[in-house]
Amino acid sequence: MTVTDTATTGHEAGRVTVLEASSVTMRFGGLTAVDDVSMRVHEGEIVGLIGPNGAGKTTFFNCLTGMYVPTEGTVTLKGAILPPKPLKVVRAGMARTFQNIRLFGNMTALENVMVGRYCRTSSMALTSILRGPKFKREEAATRERAQELLDYVGLGRSTELLARNMPYGDQRRLEIARALATDPQILLLDEPTAGMNPRETEETMGLIFKIREGGLAVVVIEHDMRFIFNLCDRVLCLVRGSLLVEGTPDQVQSDHRVIEAYIGGDDEEESV
Amino acid sequence: MSRRILPDSVRATHGPKAPWLALAGGILFLLSGLLSWSYDDRILGDLSIRFYPAGIQLYAMLFGVIGVILAVLLLRRPPWLSPARGLRILGTTGIVFVVWIIASVAYQSGGLINANEGGWVALVGAVLLTLAGHLSPEVDIDVRRWPRLSSTLEIVIIVVLMAILLFTVAYTLDIQDGVIFASFLIALIGLAGGLLGTGFGGYLGFIGANNRRPLLLAAFLVAFLFPFTQDGSDANMSIATQVLIFATTALGLNIVVGLAGLLDLGYIAFLGTGAYVAAMLSSSGFATIGWKPPFVVVMLIGAATAATFGLIIGSPTLRVSGDYLAIVTLGFGEIFRLAMFNLDGNNGPDLTNGPNGIPAIPDLELLGFDFGEVHTVAGIPLGRFSNYYFVLLLLLMFVMLVFTRLNNSRIGRGWVAIREDERAAEAMGVNTFGLKLLAFSVGAFLAGLAGTIKAHQDTSVSPDQYVFLESAFLLSAVVLGGMGTVVGVLVGATILKLLPEKLREVNDYRLLVFGLLLVVMMRFRPEGLVPSKRRQLEFHEEDQELSELLQAEHLQAEHLDPEQLEPEHLQGAK
Ligand SMILES: Nc1ncnc2c1ncn2[C@@H]1O[C@H](COP(=O)(O)OP(=O)(O)OP(=O)(O)O)[C@@H](O)[C@H]1O
Ligand SMILES: [Mg+2]
Repeated sequence: MTVTDTATTGHEAGRVTVLEASSVTMRFGGLTAVDDVSMRVHEGEIVGLIGPNGAGKTTFFNCLTGMYVPTEGTVTLKGAILPPKPLKVVRAGMARTFQNIRLFGNMTALENVMVGRYCRTSSMALTSILRGPKFKREEAATRERAQELLDYVGLGRSTELLARNMPYGDQRRLEIARALATDPQILLLDEPTAGMNPRETEETMGLIFKIREGGLAVVVIEHDMRFIFNLCDRVLCLVRGSLLVEGTPDQVQSDHRVIEAYIGGDDEEESV
Repeated sequence: MSRRILPDSVRATHGPKAPWLALAGGILFLLSGLLSWSYDDRILGDLSIRFYPAGIQLYAMLFGVIGVILAVLLLRRPPWLSPARGLRILGTTGIVFVVWIIASVAYQSGGLINANEGGWVALVGAVLLTLAGHLSPEVDIDVRRWPRLSSTLEIVIIVVLMAILLFTVAYTLDIQDGVIFASFLIALIGLAGGLLGTGFGGYLGFIGANNRRPLLLAAFLVAFLFPFTQDGSDANMSIATQVLIFATTALGLNIVVGLAGLLDLGYIAFLGTGAYVAAMLSSSGFATIGWKPPFVVVMLIGAATAATFGLIIGSPTLRVSGDYLAIVTLGFGEIFRLAMFNLDGNNGPDLTNGPNGIPAIPDLELLGFDFGEVHTVAGIPLGRFSNYYFVLLLLLMFVMLVFTRLNNSRIGRGWVAIREDERAAEAMGVNTFGLKLLAFSVGAFLAGLAGTIKAHQDTSVSPDQYVFLESAFLLSAVVLGGMGTVVGVLVGATILKLLPEKLREVNDYRLLVFGLLLVVMMRFRPEGLVPSKRRQLEFHEEDQELSELLQAEHLQAEHLDPEQLEPEHLQGAK
C-alpha cells in the first residue's frame, strides 16, 4: 500500500533537482570502478542504488561526497558545482553514512550526534574559553538538537551509551542521526540495513520514509531487493562500474539484464 | 580492570585463605619495622638498630598497618568495598619498596651481605600481601550507591585532604637523602593506593566531581600556601618554580598531544621562542634590541611569535598525515637551537649572542613589585623564587583554564572525533585541518607565554637549554602522567622534575631510568598514571568490560553543569 502511494507522490513532488552527477568516472590505475555514471535526484525522492558486489556503488558515493576526487565528471548540488572536498560537501548540504560503520566508538551516542552539529555551529577558541552567553546558548542548542535527533531515529534511551557498546542495528541508526545533524538536503545511505533483523529492517524503512516526509532526498545502496523495491521511487542498477538500468522499481525488477547481472556477479564472487 | 594473573581454579580453591595470608603479610611488615635492615649504621638514616624504627622502618610499619586493616576488611567482606584491589596495589608496591631498599643497602654498604633480616622479612610480607590480593574475589563497587554526605561535610573532607597534601609535600621536599626520598615516594604510592584502591579513591573522586569548584579552590589555596611553609628558604622554592614551568609547558603540550592527538617532538622550541623574545626585549646589558616595552607587552609578543612559528610549520604539514608533523617538529626544534646558536652577528643579524646566549636578564618588575627582593608577608619571608612561584602559579591556572574549557566544548569534541577517525570526522563536517592547526598554535602560544617568564626566572637564555632532550622530557611527562588530563600531566611533570633534583644518584642515569619507566608504562598502563577516561578507552579498544565500566561512570562529568547533575543526586538519596 505504502509502495504505490509513495511512488506516486515522489514523482509528483520531485521536480526540483537536488543532486546531479554527470558522467562521473573513477579509475584506480587500470581498474575503472565507476564508469561514466550520471544520476539526478529530485527533491523528496528516494533513489535506490543496486548492483552486485564490487559494482562500484560505494566508490560512487565516495565520489559524490568528495572522499575520492573523480577522475572525470562533476557533481552539482542545487545547481552549484561541488568541489571534491568532504568538508565543503557537508557544508553544502549532503551527508552520508558508511557501509562499514564509522562511528566515533569511544564517544557516547549523544556526543556522536553533537559532532554532526559541528559544521552548523560556530563557537571558536576564544568563545569557548570565555564561556559567554553565546557559547552557553549554542552548546545548549547543540545538545538539545542532538537529543531530538536521537529520539527521532528511536535511540532516545541510548543517549549516554558509548557508540562501541551499542547493538549493531542501533549503530546504523546512530550513523543516520549523526548525518542528519549536519542539516543535509540530501542523505546518502550505504547499506543501512546490513546486519539487521527483519523487524529492524522494517523500522529503518519507516525511518527513511519519515526522513523523506521531512523534505530530504535520499539515495540508498542496498542488497536487500525487497527492501529497495518497496522503498524507492526510482532504482539505478550498476554493474562493473557502469549504469545498466534505471527506472521505477517495477521496471528494474522485471528487467532481465538486472537478473543476469546478479547471477553473473554471484558467479564472479564465488570464483574469487 | 582486574588483572587476573592466577587461574580461576587456583582462586577458587585457595581464595578462602586470602585474608589469613594478608594478615600474615601485614604482621610481617609490622615486625620488620622492629628489626634491623642494614648492618651498616652510616647509611639511610641508620637502619641497623633493632626495636627502634627510623624513617624507612616506620614506612615499612605503615605498610603493615594498612595490610592488617585490609586483611580485616577482607575477613568482614563488606559488600561495598573491594579490599582485593587495595591489597594488590599495596603488595606490589611493597615489593618494589623493599627491593629498592635492599638494593640501596647492598649498593651503599658494598654487598648484599649487609642487608639484614628486616628487609627479607618485609619482602616475604609484601609477597604474601600481593598473593592475597590476587587470590581474593573482586567486588564490583559502585561508589554512587555509597551514602551521600552533606555538602558541608564533603567540603570539609576536601579541605582536610588538601591540608594533608600540603604537609606531605612539605615533608617530602624536606627529605635530603635521595634514597630515603625515593622510598618515601614509593611508600606513599603504595599506602595511598592500598587505601584508595579499595573503592575509597573512587568515592573521593565522586565527592570531588560533585564539588569541582571547592576542590579547585582548595587545591590552589594549598599551592598558594606552599611558599609559606618554607620559612624563606630558597632551596625548595627553586625546585618548585622549575616544576611549575615544566608542568605548565607540559600541559600546553598536552593540548597538542593529548587532546588533538598530534605528535610534537620539538615543543621546547616554542618555550625557547618566548624566552628569547623576553631576553631580547629585556633591559639586560646583552639584550640585542633597544626597545624595552612593559612585560605584559613582552609576554604577548613572545607568545604571538611562538604561535606564528607554530602556524608556519603547522600549516603545510598538518594537511598530510601525522607522521610528517613529528618529523617536521623534530627538525624545527633543531633549527631553532641552531639558529639561536648562530645569530650572533657573524652569520646574519646579531640577535642572540650566539652560543653565549643572553645573560644578566634583570628580575621582573610588575606594578612596582620587584621580583628580586625578599618580601615579608605575615612574618614569613618570601624570597625571589617565591615571587616567581606565584606568577607561574597564575600562569598554570590560566593554562589549565584554556585546557579544560577547550576540551569541554565543540572544539574538544572535534578533537576527539579526529582522534577516533579523522576521515569520518571530516565527512561529518569537522574542520580537521583547522582544528589541528588550532591545537598546534594554541600549544605554541602557551609555551611562548611560559618562556617569557622563564627567561627572567633563569636570568639567562642560551641555546643549550633548548635541546631535543627537553622536548623528549616534556613528552615523557605527558605520556607518563596521562594524555588528555590536567592532573595526570601535573603528576608526571612533578615526578620527572623532582626525582632528578632529589635523587642525585639517579641524575647521571636519568635517561636510562626514564626510558625504562616509559617502556614499563607502555607495557602495563599505556594510558598514563592519571588517565582521561576517553584515552583509557582508546588504549583498551578490545576491553569490553572496561568500556561498560567507564560508560557507567559518566564519561565526562565535567561536561555536565551542577544543575544537570542534581536529579541524579536526588535519585541517589531516595
Ligand atoms: N581506493 C581504492 N583503490 C583501488 N581500488 C578500489 C578502491 N576503492 C574501491 N576499489 C575497487 O573498486 C571496485 C568497486 O568497489 P566498491 O566498494 O565501490 O563496490 P560496491 O559496489 O560498494 O560493492 P559492495 O556491494 O561489496 O559494497 C572494487 O573492485 C574495489 O576493489
Ligand atoms: Mg559498497
